[in-house]
Amino acid sequence: MKIKDLKELLDADVLCCEENLSRHLYSACGCDLMSDVLAYVKDQGALLTGLVNPQVVRTAVMMDLVCIVFVRSKLPTEDIVELAKENGIVVLTTDKRLYEACGILYSNGLGVKESK
Amino acid sequence: MSEPLVFHYDIDGEDFISAGQASIQIKKNLRRIGLSPEVIRRVSIAMYEGEINMVIHAKGGTADVLLYEDRIEIILADKGPGISNIEEAMQEGFSTASDTIRSLGFGAGMGLPNMKRYSDKMTIDTTVGVGTTVTMVINIT
Ligand SMILES: Nc1ncnc2c1ncn2[C@@H]1O[C@H](COP(=O)(O)OP(=O)(O)O)[C@@H](O)[C@H]1O
Ligand SMILES: [Mg+2]
Repeated sequence: MKIKDLKELLDADVLCCEENLSRHLYSACGCDLMSDVLAYVKDQGALLTGLVNPQVVRTAVMMDLVCIVFVRSKLPTEDIVELAKENGIVVLTTDKRLYEACGILYSNGLGVKESK
Repeated sequence: MSEPLVFHYDIDGEDFISAGQASIQIKKNLRRIGLSPEVIRRVSIAMYEGEINMVIHAKGGTADVLLYEDRIEIILADKGPGISNIEEAMQEGFSTASDTIRSLGFGAGMGLPNMKRYSDKMTIDTTVGVGTTVTMVINIT
């Protein structure tokens, strides 16, 4: 699916990099532990998380992730959004919980494909 | 033998929030140089975990990244407490990190195993009470 499909499915708001909404997603992970995110490379992935701090964005940058979704209406601070913006990463917020958000995406065909 | 290109960073140990800035910088530099995305990803993830470790376990240190023709060496040196049992520290899930660090998304005991996974060679030189130097080598294929 594309990031814009994810946005529709999760009824999410876009906080930055709207111009990248047509990028493809091939995998996703839902996690609050950044080292777990860092453990396995995901191809063109999205990160769904309830954790809000700059390390979430740095983790996404290291992993070449293309999209971050903050769940349960958590609002990142401006510096967090700015860091994502500098790196072209789409940031979204949804009022759904992590489990629900992941379930919706999974049942709509976004799997957990990993590469290398 | 050509000299390596060296990038040097001082890692501030006071500030968890800004930890990882050196790794972001390295990622940008390696992209500019034009290395493959996979090599860049491995280098930056391995260095990022190491940088976080220096901040949360050792009050900061230095990071040197040496770019050779056939490999990249990452040398992370600190004057922290050292590691008394490397074998234990290398186990997935082993961590002495505080709950505060855990609530910030790190301290799951996956850092050193991740660093080993992403590098072709990793050595840990540590003395309790003196400090730790982690050296990682990533081959450029
Ligand atoms: N630079 C360091 N200085 C001192 N101790 C360290 C250092 N790096 C790692 N350690 C020790 O090794 C343990 C495991 O490290 P790691 O696998 O990165 O997990 P985590 O950082 O999540 O605790 C740490 O909890 C800590 O006790
Ligand atoms: Mg660690």
